[in-house]
Amino acid sequence: MRRWIPLLVFAVLGVFLYLGLYLNPKEVPSPLVGRPAPDFTLPVVGRPGETFSPSEVRGEVWLLNIWAPWCSVCLEEHRHLPRMVADRVPVYGLTWKDLDREAAPLLARNGSPYVAAVDDHDGRIAIRYGVTVTPETFVIDREGMIRMKHVGPITPAVWEKKFEPLLRELQS
Amino acid sequence: MIAELGQFSIALALALALVQGSVPLVGAHRGDRRLMALAKPLAQAQFVLLVFAFAALAWSFLTHDFSVRNVAQNSFSQLPAMYRFTATWGSHEGSLLLWTMILAGWSAAVSVFARPLPEEMVARVLGVMGLISVGFLALLLLTSSPFERLFPIPADGRDLNPLLQDLGMVSHPPLLYMGYVGFSVAFAFAIAALLSGRLDAAWARWSRPWTTTAWTFLTLGVGLGSWWAYRELGWGGWWFWDPTENASLMPWLAGTALIHALAATEKRGVFGNWTVLLAIATFSLSLLGTFLVRSGVLSSVHAFATDPTRGLFILVFLGLVVGGSLTLYALRAPRMMGGGSFGWLSRESLLLANNVFLVAALGAVLLGTLYPLFLDALGLGKISVGPPYFNAVFVPLVAPVLFLVGIGPLARWKQADLHDLLWRLKWAFAVALITAALLPLTLDGMNLQVTLGLFLALWILFTVLKGFAVRLQHHRGSRIRQLARLPRAFWGMQLAHAGLALLVVGVTIVSNYETERDVRMPIGSHLELAGYRFVFQGVEELPGPNYLAGRGTMEVTSPWGRSFTLYPEKRNYNASGMIMTQAAVNYGPFRDVYVSLGDPLGDGAWTVRVYHKPFVGWLWAGTLLLALGGGLAAADRRYRVAQRRRSAPASVAGPLRSIAGEGAA
Amino acid sequence: MRYRLRLLVLAFCLLPGWGTASLPAAPNTDDPVLEARLNHLAEDLRCVVCQNESLAESRASLALDLREEIREMMRAGMSDDAVVESLVARYGDFVLYRPPVKPLTYVLWGGPLAFLLIGIALALATLHRRRTLRPQADVSPEALREAARLLRSDHSSHPGSPIASGRASRLSHQEER
Repeated sequence: MRRWIPLLVFAVLGVFLYLGLYLNPKEVPSPLVGRPAPDFTLPVVGRPGETFSPSEVRGEVWLLNIWAPWCSVCLEEHRHLPRMVADRVPVYGLTWKDLDREAAPLLARNGSPYVAAVDDHDGRIAIRYGVTVTPETFVIDREGMIRMKHVGPITPAVWEKKFEPLLRELQS
Repeated sequence: MIAELGQFSIALALALALVQGSVPLVGAHRGDRRLMALAKPLAQAQFVLLVFAFAALAWSFLTHDFSVRNVAQNSFSQLPAMYRFTATWGSHEGSLLLWTMILAGWSAAVSVFARPLPEEMVARVLGVMGLISVGFLALLLLTSSPFERLFPIPADGRDLNPLLQDLGMVSHPPLLYMGYVGFSVAFAFAIAALLSGRLDAAWARWSRPWTTTAWTFLTLGVGLGSWWAYRELGWGGWWFWDPTENASLMPWLAGTALIHALAATEKRGVFGNWTVLLAIATFSLSLLGTFLVRSGVLSSVHAFATDPTRGLFILVFLGLVVGGSLTLYALRAPRMMGGGSFGWLSRESLLLANNVFLVAALGAVLLGTLYPLFLDALGLGKISVGPPYFNAVFVPLVAPVLFLVGIGPLARWKQADLHDLLWRLKWAFAVALITAALLPLTLDGMNLQVTLGLFLALWILFTVLKGFAVRLQHHRGSRIRQLARLPRAFWGMQLAHAGLALLVVGVTIVSNYETERDVRMPIGSHLELAGYRFVFQGVEELPGPNYLAGRGTMEVTSPWGRSFTLYPEKRNYNASGMIMTQAAVNYGPFRDVYVSLGDPLGDGAWTVRVYHKPFVGWLWAGTLLLALGGGLAAADRRYRVAQRRRSAPASVAGPLRSIAGEGAA
Repeated sequence: MRYRLRLLVLAFCLLPGWGTASLPAAPNTDDPVLEARLNHLAEDLRCVVCQNESLAESRASLALDLREEIREMMRAGMSDDAVVESLVARYGDFVLYRPPVKPLTYVLWGGPLAFLLIGIALALATLHRRRTLRPQADVSPEALREAARLLRSDHSSHPGSPIASGRASRLSHQEER
């Protein structure tokens, strides 16, 4: 009976390798889900003197979208975002590492999908949010807790499947 | 045109492989000599076809044929000729073609050099190798053809990944594949043994030179990979426990266990079942490595572009080969144990111990490499397993093996004399221990790691010398002539073990005593490190063949007054826009001086990283010696003797003497 | 060692032109002790945006930002453990190259030892079996005598087939007991 052990071990290994083919080793789940959204006070892009802080939107459900002017996927997302969101929920932007100060003119030119975009110039706030790529979007509830993190651009399919149900639940 | 011919060659080779993988096996089963005789010419014809296919691809690269998609994706008009050639295997498809060509090469080699073996065995071995070829050729044809055309033809290519544009790339993959693929021969021998039902010392003797040769190539391949990383990655590391590095280390560990188990099987006919299982495992690990690197299952700096479809194909192939062979093992492994008895302390038992530790180490590396995958597949989250884990588990498992290296060669077969061994080894033990304990004290102070490493290395070196002394003490006559007359297998063993000792010295010292400085250097500023003085003379722009480089000039003066200049570079590659640091290294027998550019600070100043790495060269020297030992052992005359005197009548005295008395590995 | 170095430096300074132009390079950091501590910690942390690099070696933008973050945390007086904890709170266990020892990783950390123990157990069993193995009694006395005669007789150059040599070596080993 011992002779069958190597085959058995390999079979188990094979199953895992098969499962592994359809996983993405780079997709890291966020441990921040279910925790309070890190607080910050940052200047608003394009409105000198103004700042924004998450505590200002306590009591509301809102989205925080991390983007950067040099991120072409983000700009693509901007084009479709207003249509998908359709004023369901306010969207605020976090501009990550905008070293060349391109955000303000860019948003003015293309139109901004955000209620307001803040300038995280040195990227420190983004680190607090565990950001690794752009774009990423956080759903934050009325109590200021992060309820979901979506990595990558929001497509209509993603909006339907992931965002809609959650927003319905949070806003009821 | 050439590309189409290449594609056609592959298809033809597949047809031949299908025949090679079936007919000779049937012939061996039935004892039909004509069917068996087909194996050799088929193997040789396949090799010719695949060499042609490979040459066709290389030609496309060398002549800048951007209508071939593979060339467009991996080459560039300004890419130097040497790298255009190596770009042939710089992609998934190209490297697969290289794999398959090398497989055909080993099959052809078996068909040419296996004359003393019985026909049946050769037919089976070549048949099994034919079946493996079928898998790879099918993979090439169906999912990974290197000869796909591109239309419209791009004006220029996307360039070879700059990390691959290095001398290491020229030699690392071919040697590595020679090793990986070479173990398919050992695998085929194991399957042949299971099919024929004969599993004895003779089988081990036939299988051994092939296995040792494959192991030698793999040793070189792994060593070169490590050297390449050292030169290319810019931070002077030489082993990172990256999944692809592990993918090459695992078959090496299994292969090392295998060549030692084979020694016992050849000499005493013991461990037959285990050796067969180990041969299957070694090749399976080669295939697993291929899978891991190409499927996207693990995240690595080194992985090829990933594609689940290809991964699935390879996995199915892996399943068939490994699953099939393990099923055969479960069904056909002989129930009777062969071979004689041996005592608690004997060379057999020490070889057994060697295998226990090596296989445990192998298991640890496998576990660590695949654990993130296990957890992820079970939905239990994502973790990382990196160098801290591997260093913590690997070293304690391998240290005992290193200690055994000192005892094994001096122990007798069947029953070793404990008193005799203790007597012989006591000086080696004492001197090694004392030196190793005292040496760190003269430098930085007590250091257990260094003491352990140095003790093991000195222990091995002293026992190697003792081995020679023991061998020579019974003979008279000039020492040199006696040494020359010692069997190559013995020399091979001694050199390989000595190489291991050098490797351990290198690892121990560089890990514990290397120093670095990370500084801001304005032009003309200087820096001291380990007695060396570095003066930075700025960076100038210099165009290269396919890049624009910022070339730094660093004047270095050694503590003994010798000076040399190093030119680290920061290259911006034209085609891809990728930026790569090219470290400048001054190699020396007792230290490397390593300089790497950081970032410009303005006004001509740069951040620079400077390293002093003592004894790092011993890593590569040790590896070379290890491989040299393997090569010698595989070339032992006893394998040739049988070849020359094939037709002699059955008398037994000669080889008995050579096997029984000498105690060679 | 230091004496020689000072001598060297002095010598270089005395050489015309060198003394004036050559400034000592400043370390790339204001606090080498902190930096060393940072590097030591960063070696065991993963650069989460790279394919497979540590935070110490990676030159990626996020990696540099993270190092800066760690630097600030250390300057603020946080211990190594606290720093690691805050990173794990944001990125999960993924950021650790040294997997934490918790129920999820018991198999990982215990595995190698288990492999070793199993191997030793199997080896001991084999050794025990081999010690008490009786020789095959199916070799006839004539065969044994023949083998002995061949061994003792003069060694003409007929090595014979490998199969026969295997059998004969086994025979001879039984005989020598």
